[in-house]
Amino acid sequence: MTTLFTSDHEWLQIEGDVATIGITDYAQSQLGDVVFVELPKVGRTLKKAEAAAVVESVKAASDVYAPISGEVVEVNQAITEEPALVNSDAAGKAWFFKIRMTDKSELGGLMDEAAYKAHTA
Amino acid sequence: MLGRDDLLPLKKTPLHGLHVSLGARMVPFAGYDMPVQYPPGVLREHLHTRGSAGLFDVSHMGQIALTAKSGRVEDAAAALEALVPQDIRGLPRGRQRYAQFTNADGGILDDLMVVNCGWYLFVVVNAACKDADEAHLRAHLSDTCVIEPLADRALIALQGPKAEAVLAKFCAEAPAMRFMDAGPRKVMGLDCIVSRSGYTGEDGFEISVPAGHAEELARALLAEADVLPIGLGARDSLRLEAGLCLYGHDIDATTTPVEAALEWSVQKVRRPGGARAGGFLGAERILAQFGAGAPRRRVGLRPEGRAPVREGANLFADEAASEPVGKVTSGGFGPTLNAPVAMGYLPSALAAAGTQVFAEVRGQRLALRVAATPFVKNTYKR
Repeated sequence: MTTLFTSDHEWLQIEGDVATIGITDYAQSQLGDVVFVELPKVGRTLKKAEAAAVVESVKAASDVYAPISGEVVEVNQAITEEPALVNSDAAGKAWFFKIRMTDKSELGGLMDEAAYKAHTA
Repeated sequence: MLGRDDLLPLKKTPLHGLHVSLGARMVPFAGYDMPVQYPPGVLREHLHTRGSAGLFDVSHMGQIALTAKSGRVEDAAAALEALVPQDIRGLPRGRQRYAQFTNADGGILDDLMVVNCGWYLFVVVNAACKDADEAHLRAHLSDTCVIEPLADRALIALQGPKAEAVLAKFCAEAPAMRFMDAGPRKVMGLDCIVSRSGYTGEDGFEISVPAGHAEELARALLAEADVLPIGLGARDSLRLEAGLCLYGHDIDATTTPVEAALEWSVQKVRRPGGARAGGFLGAERILAQFGAGAPRRRVGLRPEGRAPVREGANLFADEAASEPVGKVTSGGFGPTLNAPVAMGYLPSALAAAGTQVFAEVRGQRLALRVAATPFVKNTYKR
């Protein structure tokens, strides 16, 4: 299983044609306490870089962009019910949604963990 | 496009070094480099203030001494009444009052606090407006008053249910003060001006302290186990839950005190039929609205769902209406309520508590109900 990162601080775990997407621990620490999450509908077709989800802290709302094109096949209702999960386990239980990818060549522009660490250093 | 303020270096309050040493995240606010939050974050800072005590640096606000050339505070009070719709002549020595500077159209130039200090009036204004306020005071009151900005003073707010017990250790007179009592007091031996007030909805104090001793006092207060430093992020969520206006957002030069639902702050003596009715800038329009009502009202709003509805969201009378009838002027998440809260303007016909309206958020219409403010009951020691 491969984990990749975007410069917008999302992570993707790739298993076959499906990418599981969340925000990084760095992103949650910058956002502060998450109080609301809005997820895309299952079945929605997303284009790469399209606003796909919303994560809100006490102070502000931030978009989560689709890091890759495809169809939303599953969303994580646990984080809409308990938004604080995004702060406590951003890289694990607090995944946002899963996309069935339509163009895996789009993965080419993403970073591996070492490159992402350098990006946020 | 850059505004004028973006081209100037950010100013620092006397507590700037303290904020940085405490690990604050600093942001530009009203021309100052200010702490938006400390390591615990907005949510914990907010809840700590409601449950214990929070210390806020509000030194960016303007502090002005208004002294009559005659030497009589009554003359300074009479002069100031030309610029605010409040009863200042009737403000007793040692008391504080909330007021607004109005313009000739009845709009609000700024909101402020006025203290009768015995021989002068001590005025606290918003940071973003302080230069304009000072110029406004000079333009209208220079004949009769001396206007002295107190640039060498910091302002520290201590807010929350433990504020009284904490401040009592540094100022023996603090517990005897009631809500809106104010005046010169010794705090830690320093010559301060203390008021029992604030902008969080909690009991608490604001302490004007000589700038050179501000860090010493702040560190002494922070050394108390009950006190945490609180940033501007939580200051905003606290005042929003308390239903208090933020100048430039909930009130501005286009909103009158009646439209802003601030009639409570205008004493009877200056309303229609009062002994000193009118006599301030914009009185014609404001007094007319006291009689006939205003076309729109500032209201509290409770979103029915979990999604925060933020400043700028258009408000609609029903789910399908095409034309907005109002706008949200402040909105976010209320940590004490554990729910989203907002305020905004609606036509008076839609301003009754319980009325359902809709806000447009990311292309969707979300239901809200008009609600009484404060959203969180205040705990002032009256």
